[in-house]
Amino acid sequence: MDGAPYTMYPLGDQALTIELGNTIEEPTNELVMRVFHQLQKTPPPFVLDIIPAYSSITIVYQTAAIRKAHPGQSAFDQMKEALTLRLQQTDEEDFRHRLIEIPVCYDPELGPDIETLATHAGISVDDVIRKHTATIYRVYMIGFLPGFAYMASVDPAIRMPRKLQPRPLVAAGSVGIAGEQTGIYPVNSPGGWQIIGQTPLPMLDVSQESPCLLEPGDLVRFHSISLEEFNQLKKSRNV
Amino acid sequence: MSILVIKPGIQTTIQDAGRTGFQHLGINPGGAMDLRAMQTANALVHNPSDEAVLEFYFPAPVLQFNAGAFIALSGADFKASVNGTDLPVDHPIYIAAGSVLQFKGKEKGQLGYLAIQGGVELIEWLNSYSTNIKAAAGGFEGRALRAGDELILNTHPKSIRSSSECSILPWKAFTAPFYTNNPFRFIPGKEFALLSEASRRLITTESFTILPQSDRMGYRLQGPELSPTERREMISSAVTRGTIQLLPNGQCIVLMADHQTTGGYPRIGHIITADLPGLAQKGIGDSLLFVQTDVETAENLLVLQEQHLQQLKNACNLQLDAYHRH
Repeated sequence: MDGAPYTMYPLGDQALTIELGNTIEEPTNELVMRVFHQLQKTPPPFVLDIIPAYSSITIVYQTAAIRKAHPGQSAFDQMKEALTLRLQQTDEEDFRHRLIEIPVCYDPELGPDIETLATHAGISVDDVIRKHTATIYRVYMIGFLPGFAYMASVDPAIRMPRKLQPRPLVAAGSVGIAGEQTGIYPVNSPGGWQIIGQTPLPMLDVSQESPCLLEPGDLVRFHSISLEEFNQLKKSRNV
Repeated sequence: MSILVIKPGIQTTIQDAGRTGFQHLGINPGGAMDLRAMQTANALVHNPSDEAVLEFYFPAPVLQFNAGAFIALSGADFKASVNGTDLPVDHPIYIAAGSVLQFKGKEKGQLGYLAIQGGVELIEWLNSYSTNIKAAAGGFEGRALRAGDELILNTHPKSIRSSSECSILPWKAFTAPFYTNNPFRFIPGKEFALLSEASRRLITTESFTILPQSDRMGYRLQGPELSPTERREMISSAVTRGTIQLLPNGQCIVLMADHQTTGGYPRIGHIITADLPGLAQKGIGDSLLFVQTDVETAENLLVLQEQHLQQLKNACNLQLDAYHRH
């Protein structure tokens, strides 16, 4: 881990969080993803879940099983020790970020807030699209809904806060902006992000062994498609 | 060999021990709200602890057994009856083919569990049978049960009896060690120290009421308004079942089985795992009291509950073997 500072604290009695910082910054998240991939490859015994976030990683473990195997010490202390050792080892293997291309239709019919956002930004809708598709985003973490990727960083010119009143229903596939973040709703859900378009790709496909299109640490690039292309892609998926 | 859902109840779902290993994808663990009741019901019918069971609120479902079955009810007592015979919770019961199981009233608790020997034929989603309603996956077609649904039973030779009457076996599971009533114990969370001294005191001196907007995702509480000494911009990170989050209005929410995997509100505490079954059996309008504890104590209590479960399983198996030999 190259001597980067961190703290560990209990998250209840069956989980522990490693905090590597308190900001939304790429270098910190890069460190998070390194540790995440390393732990995923060779998790310590009795670990159930490894959850990376912006600047932290949470490890969920089976307290009762750990205590049964080694009754002398608390499961938290045992896990803390095991993880401290892991963090001292530098992972030689360089993990590579996947780059995922996602088609988005920015037609106002599917992106009901794109015109408002353009007005807010004082630029044209086409410029909003150009700016949204020009950036390569990083999936900092997944949360909120199954497969909902929090991506950053949106071009400062097209940032806009969440809606004051969330929509009762945002359609699955909707692409939204909230401040510096952009994200895609994987399922129909209430939601407060500014909706600027929709992708025909399923972000969550429960019939697949890897059910989510995006994973933590992925890089994402959007490209603009027309309403006809959107409908075609959507139709070909449903066949 | 099936169960027909005559009435679905307000929310009856298939649950097991939950879905682990997918929280990094935002897929929450879910699972039975009262895991101990699920394990008890399974122990009584000689199922593996994590066999899928039916979880139901009141009004509860009306179920018609088209085949004989060996069942157990645990958790809430909703005054079950089958063809005029009252059924107790925490006993193993043989149900005759053609029986209609119904529930007459809310006697005690909020969540009932029905385990059937051999379990129900279902398709696993990501290594679990738990129903994930948001993803519309797992359980029975990824949703709560509806009238007309037919649950196919995995055949189990010991379940089949020629008797046309149901029979309640005479032993009862001792479940008291699984349930805490007030006060519920919590471990201070990362942001506990951010609370004003007065707020930290209020948590353990005042009572909190469970609000109607509570569900399997979390229990919203109405209590004294708690205030942090500083308003710090929080960065989202993982949360867990039992986490007490402080909402911007000064009120709290306790996250339950279907919680989101990450959250950005201050985590003022975590209800200890050993006290979660008792909390799951609390309902809207009930008052809660909290008392502070530490990780070590919480772990010890969890270990004790696991030991009790093991004893319970052993005792159930011994009784059942003796009964069958008889």
